Amino acid sequence: MNTQLETKSQTNKAIKSVSKRNKTIKNILTYAAFVGPALLFFIVIQIIPFFMGVYYSFTSWNGVSSTAEWVGLANYIKIFKNDPGFVNSFLFTTKFMFAAVIISNFIGFGLALLLNAALKSRNLLRTVFFIPNVIGGLLLGFIWQFIFVKGFASIGKMTDLAFFKLPWLGDENTAFWGIVIVFAWQISGYMMVIYIAALQGVDQNLLEAAKIDGASNWTLLTKIIIPLILPAFTICIFLTISMAFKIFDINISLTNGGPFNSTQSVAINIYQEAFQYNRYGLGTAKSILFFIVVAIFTTVQVLATKKREVEA
Amino acid sequence: MNRYTKKTFVLEIFGILLAIVFLIPFYFVIINSLKSFAEILIDGAAWPKEFLFSNYLKVWEIINFPRAFWNSLIITVLSNIGLVVISSMAAWKLVRTPSKLSKIIFIFFIAAMVIPFQTVMIPLMKIGGILNLTNSIPGLVIMYFGFGVPLSLFLYHGFVKTVPIEIEESARIDGCSQFGVFWRIVFPLLKPITVTVVILNTLWIWNDYLLPLLVLQEKELRTIPLATSSFFAQYTKQWDMGLAALMLGITPVIIFFLFLQKHIIKGIASGSIK
Repeated sequence: MNTQLETKSQTNKAIKSVSKRNKTIKNILTYAAFVGPALLFFIVIQIIPFFMGVYYSFTSWNGVSSTAEWVGLANYIKIFKNDPGFVNSFLFTTKFMFAAVIISNFIGFGLALLLNAALKSRNLLRTVFFIPNVIGGLLLGFIWQFIFVKGFASIGKMTDLAFFKLPWLGDENTAFWGIVIVFAWQISGYMMVIYIAALQGVDQNLLEAAKIDGASNWTLLTKIIIPLILPAFTICIFLTISMAFKIFDINISLTNGGPFNSTQSVAINIYQEAFQYNRYGLGTAKSILFFIVVAIFTTVQVLATKKREVEA
Repeated sequence: MNRYTKKTFVLEIFGILLAIVFLIPFYFVIINSLKSFAEILIDGAAWPKEFLFSNYLKVWEIINFPRAFWNSLIITVLSNIGLVVISSMAAWKLVRTPSKLSKIIFIFFIAAMVIPFQTVMIPLMKIGGILNLTNSIPGLVIMYFGFGVPLSLFLYHGFVKTVPIEIEESARIDGCSQFGVFWRIVFPLLKPITVTVVILNTLWIWNDYLLPLLVLQEKELRTIPLATSSFFAQYTKQWDMGLAALMLGITPVIIFFLFLQKHIIKGIASGSIK
């Protein structure tokens, strides 16, 4: 076997020295054949449109005419000075993001702690809490539209609780919380899965030792468990930030931005600007601003995670 | 280590109650999808007097459910196959050819994960028009290749690093071509991460709404989310049929989840870097 290998590698060497050039060309071609398709689709579908978007954001392109007139910063100035709709959608989205991130992480972490106990129904419960996450946001929004409009009304009749008698989707304030509830219902199970994985990595001996030293459950949680699984918090918080900030599907099927555009997310605002009012130039300018904000969040996330990794 | 104590029992009861709260929306959808419109209006919480399956039959026809299901299925399957092929091949080659170029290409893919869909979608529709990708299922699939490739490649890239190189080298010496080495030896070893990639992409593509909405205008090409939303636009507040449509819409993905839940939950946890 060994001698066979040796002779083979010797012949290989001989061939190499004879046609080293051919080999390099062949290597380049194989490299291109393996990496090329992925790169091609990626560039055509994401990168070229991205740079076109940057260009169009300085034009008055309407999507139909073949020429797009250069207008400089006019679109951006218009957005900041003269577009209360966009500013409102930005405020709504930011407010929504804060509420959604806090609530869905709170519930997700709570569920993870609960399922980390030696419950008999643990696997079943995990499945149940995760189910909403596999259904798309569009269908979820429609389901909850029914729950808020008809379901809550009938529960309100039965129980006489004021909570269920609110005009949920018909009022600006409650419509906001309605979207938060649906988002949390969808995402908490997802966060739970990440937190469970982190909790299972916590060294049990450490907890036992602390218990023997007389630490209360609360001390265990705040002084040992949470500091140990901080990386999971970073992941979950930034995942939810990014999902909440880009919210579209749930929003469009649950409230469609209403009442009176009070719950219109930035993503919906951009969509309508471009595809309903055909102001593509203005729409791309908004989408570039949207990109900048998302990029800042994501970069902070990567930096924060990196820093934690060094510490750990 | 953990004994089943009284406290655990209390927690257990609490957990089950919470699970019921989580499931209540489904209860409302199911029971009301089997009622007449009048019965829904009288009491949305009550058990149906008799099970009316006519809602389902009507909706099945109106949204042409078999067609929508088939469209969703074919789009999801083709996108998955393509994404697995192009991203596993690229990831393997990038890992196995350590050079500056490979590093730059990899960073290029990862950096673009920052770009939100909304920033790309408007010019993409123009490119789609030029390349004839709009209003066609193959066109939409090609777009999914472009959007899905960074995450899939990232997951494969991380996994390939853990695959020992020795097996590949001996196969190379035995005269196997690079394609042969990859498809016969490496690809089977990538199976665990392929499962994760397929699950993540399936849940995303199956449920995706905005991209198909922009690309597919023809009625015949509608996916399940598109068919459901256009049904709701047309039959506003007709909850008897609306809920049946929602039930039809969510059943396939719930069955998919219940069958593969272990893999799905594991895949979701490991793919959460996105």
